[in-house]
Amino acid sequence: MTEKLMCELSIPGRVGFRFPDIDVPPSPLPERMIRDDLPLPELSEIDIVRYFTRLSQLNHGVDTGFYPLGSCTMKYNPKVNEKAARIPGFSKIHPLQPIETVQGALALMYQLQEWLKEIGGFAGVSLQPAAGAHGELTGVLIIRAFHRTQGDLSRTKILIPDSAHGTNPATSAMSGMQVVEIRSDKRGNVDIEALKGECDDTLAGLMLTNPNTLGLFDENVEEVIQLVHEAGGLVYGDGANMNALLGISRPGDLGFDVLHYNLHKTFSTPHGGGGPGSGPVGVADHLVEFLPHPIVDVIEEGDELIPPLFGFVTPMKSIGRVKSFHGHFGVIVRAYSYIRIHGADGLRNVSEDAVLNANYLLALLRDTYHVPYDRDCMHEFVMEGRWPDIPEVHALDISKRLMDFGFHPPTNYFPLIVPESLMIEPTETESKETLDAFADTLKRIAEEANSDSTILTTAPHKTPFGRMDEVKAAKELVLCCVPDYAKHAGE
Amino acid sequence: MNIPTGLKYTENDEWIQVEDNIGTVGITDYAQEQLSDVVFVEIIADEGDTLEKGGTCATVESVKAAADVYMPVGGKIVSINDVELPDSPELINTDPYGAAWMLKIELSDSSELDELLDADAYKNFCEEREQ
Amino acid sequence: MYSPHTDADRQAMLKTIGVESIEKLFECLPKENLFPDLDLPAGLTELDMLTELEGIAWANDTTQELLSFLGAGAYNHYIPAVVDAILQRGEFYTAYTPYQPEISQGTLQAIFEYQSMVAGLTGMEVSNASHYDGATAVAEAVNMAYHVFRGKRPKVILSPSLHPHYLQTIQTYTDGSDIQLVAHDQTNEISSDPDWLLPLIDDSISLIVVGYPDFFGRVYDYTEMARVAHDSGALIAVTVNPLSLGLLKPPGEFGADIVTGEGQPLGIPLSFGGPYLGLFATRQEYVRKMAGRLAGETVDNRGQRAYVLTLTAREQHIRRDRATSNICTNQGLMALAATVYMSLLGKHGLRQVAELCYHKAHYAARIITSIPGYQLWSTAPFFNEFVVECFLPAEEVNRQLLERNIIAGYDLGQNYPDLKNHLLVAVTEMNTKEDIDTFMEALSEVEDD
Repeated sequence: MTEKLMCELSIPGRVGFRFPDIDVPPSPLPERMIRDDLPLPELSEIDIVRYFTRLSQLNHGVDTGFYPLGSCTMKYNPKVNEKAARIPGFSKIHPLQPIETVQGALALMYQLQEWLKEIGGFAGVSLQPAAGAHGELTGVLIIRAFHRTQGDLSRTKILIPDSAHGTNPATSAMSGMQVVEIRSDKRGNVDIEALKGECDDTLAGLMLTNPNTLGLFDENVEEVIQLVHEAGGLVYGDGANMNALLGISRPGDLGFDVLHYNLHKTFSTPHGGGGPGSGPVGVADHLVEFLPHPIVDVIEEGDELIPPLFGFVTPMKSIGRVKSFHGHFGVIVRAYSYIRIHGADGLRNVSEDAVLNANYLLALLRDTYHVPYDRDCMHEFVMEGRWPDIPEVHALDISKRLMDFGFHPPTNYFPLIVPESLMIEPTETESKETLDAFADTLKRIAEEANSDSTILTTAPHKTPFGRMDEVKAAKELVLCCVPDYAKHAGE
Repeated sequence: MNIPTGLKYTENDEWIQVEDNIGTVGITDYAQEQLSDVVFVEIIADEGDTLEKGGTCATVESVKAAADVYMPVGGKIVSINDVELPDSPELINTDPYGAAWMLKIELSDSSELDELLDADAYKNFCEEREQ
Repeated sequence: MYSPHTDADRQAMLKTIGVESIEKLFECLPKENLFPDLDLPAGLTELDMLTELEGIAWANDTTQELLSFLGAGAYNHYIPAVVDAILQRGEFYTAYTPYQPEISQGTLQAIFEYQSMVAGLTGMEVSNASHYDGATAVAEAVNMAYHVFRGKRPKVILSPSLHPHYLQTIQTYTDGSDIQLVAHDQTNEISSDPDWLLPLIDDSISLIVVGYPDFFGRVYDYTEMARVAHDSGALIAVTVNPLSLGLLKPPGEFGADIVTGEGQPLGIPLSFGGPYLGLFATRQEYVRKMAGRLAGETVDNRGQRAYVLTLTAREQHIRRDRATSNICTNQGLMALAATVYMSLLGKHGLRQVAELCYHKAHYAARIITSIPGYQLWSTAPFFNEFVVECFLPAEEVNRQLLERNIIAGYDLGQNYPDLKNHLLVAVTEMNTKEDIDTFMEALSEVEDD
């Protein structure tokens, strides 16, 4: 059932919230500059609460059920993180307060910078980027700045594997770099010969996700990185898949020059229905001076009696600021709390169980669905949502049918190099029972495909809403509610 | 899949039909099938512009994809379909070789036509791609 | 630790996979540096961690302990209890981007409501689902204008009176591209009326960007500027404080082509600078050039009205290197906060809070400037923020007032060498008359040692 929009529920004169009366003598208003009408709804508080509560009940979240979206790491979002971020000492401080009044916040940010360096194997970290894609932009700008400082103005080529997330080429193009796609080989690794062919003096760098979006750790990663370095390029790591590597392998040790972390994936901060995220960037020694400003650092050393004084510094060759203020502090607090609860052993358990869960599901499903790469996976894997003898059933139909059983579907149609792909990432916070139930459901769906495929092609049946007319949405483009009661009369 | 003879084709799925040195350009039946329901078309060159072979002259958008349309040969744009097509982008799906023509160009160099594929060659090209 | 597995679970799973130990699953990784000993403090239970964290938080002085008149792009406004109650619903905050609309109508309809309200508030025709913040939103506007003209108009005029963070972010984003920034460094002009920018507008300009209010709190009528821009075929973008639009004429009404802004004042905590909310609204004719997510209305196969992400072919996951922006995760939950805030306050409440801010700020300006040694830097109209020229460096005024637990304002000398004695003072509905009177008293007692 569709919920009416607030512009349809609005009743003239209703008031949702009252402020105290004005307590100062009023001043004249500049009449010419005052607006005549404010098109916002008029609803009482209980109506607002019911409206948003009922809307929320139409959603599936991690709190509701299994959410195996590949490369998104939909792990459980610890409730203590929410408590932590809401401590008034964190939520009620202004970013421009004198640094003496926010030493706790600065110490926390400094500590997270240090921990992320340790976890990733890097010499410097900036917490400023707002999301993964923003971290990617920061990283590519750092690479570009590095080459320009060396006088290498012709190095504008960025190599991107064909399995890469769309943000990688979009980021490179946004930074004015030239994008060249590199194919993957039969085992899902970067094709070494193709890579060698592109290693010349126009090479700025390679953007590599490792493990990649097929869930596979590149078997030649050290050679790949060495080839790029020998050609004078730098290697950017897309850290979206770090959930497989905590306490297992550090990208910095492998030779990555710069990497972004997704706090809202690996470090359990919630996805929020589309953000906010946080995409800190880690860099090797030679790139520390290019980090965006400001970075948190110790500006006065402490001793046994007084703690150090923390403040903001600007790296010598900083690429500049990539957003206002310091970064997503509220998200940073949540990641801090997560790491503090886990410690090194806990983080290693996270990755071990993440990889265990994915391999377990893979073992349960590989006889029912075609898995294009015959290898152990890392924290996620890709299988094909199709059968050659049942052409009417696509990955989309399998996904829609999964919703009838209370599961959020896996990622569809990505990576592009696997036809009808279903990318499954269970994460470490799912139990064996959940994984068994999911595998059983997928097997049942495979049977349905054989016996009565229309159940799949017309799915979902049990969800609040059915398949959407996306053509109508794109053609008619209704993007705002028109507060016109006549328009929605009769619904 | 419909591939009319008498037209020339590119590997980017454009077609061109030339008469008296004026070429009419659009995208093929294969292209519209790949895109599925087209929701938007924008001709981004203006009448009077001269573009080279390979220059971007239009973009087509469906629900799941967006594609650029390139000039099959170089020339001056003498006419664009700015009446029927923008209002009814679905014509690309229903009538890709007729009402969904995109632009008419005065060819700069008719020898460029020799570099294009004829109907048989394009048919082979499409079949190879499917594998 | 949040993984449910017992050792028995793990053994059973390893057996199914066919390996003896979890380590075996990492065999293809380079042996060197495998399983590093991370130098991190040993993990704590929730109880101990929270105690430690509260100790760290205690080292911060909040807006509850300090009387603050700091603004400069982030404002201390009251957040009604309903906002956080809704944000804490797990169905909202633990959901992902609504790629499966059948089970995401909560998020999608909320985005649609957000888009509608931002469009209505700014007087524009369409809004996206959010950008990261005010700075990146205006950087995307610059990028968008470049693409509207397909690179044929590479110059962009940026008022030097925009927020310094916005100017710096735009510079980072456009560095090395074809885009040429004009006027942003002419800080000698910031005390003038913005008319000085008009002669710079010609047909090599794609966009002119101005603030409403500007960084110094001033509110100008840009009707003439919009007309001049349009006469030259250029676009005009206005960055706003959305709370001020509860009172002020929206930019859509005086000809803005793009409106961006910082949505933090709309129910989002100060939180030491983030996460905040980038607003972005424009005209319908530019909807395909606008970056960011869009929720559109449609019907499902059961005939129900529903919402779905639309025009996704513009975005990075489809267009890849042809996308005009790389934005993926945005500020979904903060947009929800702003939506709840705007709907709870509604037509009357948003006007009321804007008026409170206006009147309290003007009262403050009046009584402060009645003290010898303090005067208003500008006579231009303002909303809730104004610049006070002091008889001492602002840094010193701030230092003395901090001893009395008051933050007087933002020291403009940090960004503008000619404004070392100037404080940017913001007043909101959180400041009572008593607070403002206390502030005035403290200022009057500042001493030149």
